[in-house]
Amino acid sequence: MEFGPHLMLASLEGAVIAAILSLTAMGLSIVFGVMRVVNVAHGEFFMLGAVLAWYVTSALGGHPALGFVAALLIVPVLVAAIAATADRLILKRINYDADRTIVGTIGILYIIQQTTLMTFGPDARPVEAPFNTRLSLPWFEFGENGFAMFWPWGLSTTSYKLFVIAAAVVILLGLWMVITRTKIGLVMRATQQDSEMAQAFGVPVGTVYSLVFGLGAGLAALGAVLVVPIQQAHYLMGHDPLLLSFIVVIIGGLGSLPGTIVAAILIGMSDGIISVFFSPTIAKIIATLLVAMVLVFRPQGLLGKTAP
Amino acid sequence: MTSSRKSTLLHLGVLALLVVLFFVLPPYHAGNLSRIMVLAIYAMGYNLLFGYTGLLSLGHAMFFAAGMYGFGLTLNLGGWPVPLAFVAGVVCAGALALVIGLLALRTAGVAFMIVTLMFAQTGYLVVLYFGTYTRGDEGFVIQQAQRMLGGFDLTSETGRYVTALILFAICFLGLARLVQTPFGRTLVAIRENEERTRMLGYDAGSHKLRALIISGAVSGVAGAAYALLFGYVGATFATVQYSIFPLLWVLLGGAGTTIGPLIGVFFMFYLIDTSSTYTNAYMLIAGVVLVLLTVFAPQGLAGELRKRVFKWLP
Amino acid sequence: MAAVSILETRGLTKAYGGVLANSDVNFKLAKGKVTALIGPNGAGKSTFVGMVSGRTEATSGQVFFEGQDISHLPAHKRMQLGLAYTFQITSIFPGLSVHENVALAARRKLGKNPEALEAKVQAVLTRVGIADRAEQIAGDLSYGHQRILEIAMGLAQDPHVFILDEPTQGLAESEVDDFIKLVRSLAGETTILLIEHNMKVVMETADFITVLDQGMVLAEGTPAEIHANADVQAAYLGSTPHA
Repeated sequence: MEFGPHLMLASLEGAVIAAILSLTAMGLSIVFGVMRVVNVAHGEFFMLGAVLAWYVTSALGGHPALGFVAALLIVPVLVAAIAATADRLILKRINYDADRTIVGTIGILYIIQQTTLMTFGPDARPVEAPFNTRLSLPWFEFGENGFAMFWPWGLSTTSYKLFVIAAAVVILLGLWMVITRTKIGLVMRATQQDSEMAQAFGVPVGTVYSLVFGLGAGLAALGAVLVVPIQQAHYLMGHDPLLLSFIVVIIGGLGSLPGTIVAAILIGMSDGIISVFFSPTIAKIIATLLVAMVLVFRPQGLLGKTAP
Repeated sequence: MTSSRKSTLLHLGVLALLVVLFFVLPPYHAGNLSRIMVLAIYAMGYNLLFGYTGLLSLGHAMFFAAGMYGFGLTLNLGGWPVPLAFVAGVVCAGALALVIGLLALRTAGVAFMIVTLMFAQTGYLVVLYFGTYTRGDEGFVIQQAQRMLGGFDLTSETGRYVTALILFAICFLGLARLVQTPFGRTLVAIRENEERTRMLGYDAGSHKLRALIISGAVSGVAGAAYALLFGYVGATFATVQYSIFPLLWVLLGGAGTTIGPLIGVFFMFYLIDTSSTYTNAYMLIAGVVLVLLTVFAPQGLAGELRKRVFKWLP
Repeated sequence: MAAVSILETRGLTKAYGGVLANSDVNFKLAKGKVTALIGPNGAGKSTFVGMVSGRTEATSGQVFFEGQDISHLPAHKRMQLGLAYTFQITSIFPGLSVHENVALAARRKLGKNPEALEAKVQAVLTRVGIADRAEQIAGDLSYGHQRILEIAMGLAQDPHVFILDEPTQGLAESEVDDFIKLVRSLAGETTILLIEHNMKVVMETADFITVLDQGMVLAEGTPAEIHANADVQAAYLGSTPHA
């Protein structure tokens, strides 16, 4: 395949990565923004989303679309509930102290991951997509007859992948509307600004925290349910999304939601493109080094407001 | 008896106990104890930075691995003699700590944790990338024949135990002494209230950098020792898991105590050893222990002892 | 002021965005005397002292200490030259013992000599009156005692200039009286710069007073002169807009 079409293919792959990444990273960002804690177990909630989606679709059988829709509705809520419980039982007890939260969430990471290993097993298991037609994509060139389109062999995507991108956009828009237009969103933003003041005004800060922690996990799980027909469910699949989400949130600026989205698109697209053209390892090296350097020299990220 | 006399007795007592155990324990457990002592060196290195200076690094595996690869590569590929290769490993780790320190210490708190994590990840990926030399995840073996020191076979049980014990003793006593010096006390002051420490005229930045370099170098000693005594170098030792382990060990044993690291490694080792006979999900234990510790006993075993009973515990 | 200046600022200014917290402050601190820095809330006293000690970076202007330009030195280097500073909100080592708190302060100079260090710690603790609490954990002390501990830490450094930021805030009457006695006993030994709201303390300890208002020097002089100064009265009683 020539460079042009190859780039387009890589970009589409990158767009899918960016779509999922923006959901996952958004979850991490909201939790940090409102609660000021870093959830190291975030990747495991992502993995739980994929694994539980497998359980739901296997249990339901029938047409894959049926199982998929059920998973899409049930799994994020289930994962959110698990996360909210973890918040009540553990994080609240340690009063969201920064050091102890990191250690505690590392513990939660291993508990979730290893329990999944014990029950789900070490193998990767596929989930069938609800629909999956192959769509050939056109490329163009200037030939003797002027501008002409042709369909290079190998340049294709699937309808499902396009759906994932669209779904992510819709979900993020919905999230933005909830945060900026609804009462719950207002309560969240108030708690983020000044939790003591919010409490003085009767906002149940403890409950808000549990809800937000659940929301963060639920978003990650949602992203996972969307991606599992493409990727397969595996007990270690939380590792990369965690690292990438960290990278996105830090570069975009901890606590900045528009920053998170911009960074997700940037990172997702670059990861996709560099992985296709060079090697995935190089892509990861560049990404991890970039995060470290940004934190060292420009801690507020690209668009962030508060330094970590 | 003064506190410092009690401390000296305690430290010598621990070493004496380790000597006695060699003669008393069956080979399997003696072998375990060799491993435990080497890993305890790693934990003590980490403890200096985390327990005493109050800096939580999530990337110490890069220093352990630097020691390991510094030793392994100079030995295998460079043909260096064992002592020189060992020093090379430690110097690599210390030099890496200097570079990382100059960058990472510009941040604090959560940012510091993430920066160290990211640098360590980069280190791991670089090891994988240069797989032709490092053999990546698969790793490489250091031949028995090479692991000799002046005719003394370091691969025999006795050789391993004695070497591990000597290295452990040096680091154990050395670090115990260091934390009693003005330098060590200043590190504790930085942990307790960094701004106040600055306003007393101490250069906090320089102290933190020196602590990081020593911490990294000691971690490198452990890495090089591990390769020397157990004959294997691999990229697994550069993964996040090996950065979490020292945190786990130190928290369990008691951060900011001299015997905490050894206790922590010992308990965790046997906890995992026992549970891995039942399931391959033994890290579940690690997870549960971390959560329980951070919620109920953030001081760790030795730390709680110090708080409640033995106030003089160093 | 005819006295020798041990500390001097020239044109010291601090701007936060568009707001001037301190504006072109020219200040001379007389050696061996007690100078009080007073002014209504928001006058810029703590910001000024922050710039002198090095905690806050000045926007422009210079600070001279014993003739040396220290404007670009970091805080810890200034302390090494002989400045000592107590915080407005007590800043000690709450997890460590009272003894260790003071030892840390003294150790920078006396670290190499354990006997001299120990003697110093005992002497200072006795002088401020908390020697019997040496083994207590500093965080367990009452607020008043913690403030006294902080002063002890400053004394342990044998400072040439001792800056005290609202030292009597939160102290009980009797503790305030003890403080006044302590400051008087230091007269001549060291130079003291005192930020205070408590006018009793100011009047009973200060040799000189500088009044700040809205980030600028409003008046300087002896307590009697300041007491009679109409501008100062206006600033405090509010015929000027709230700063």
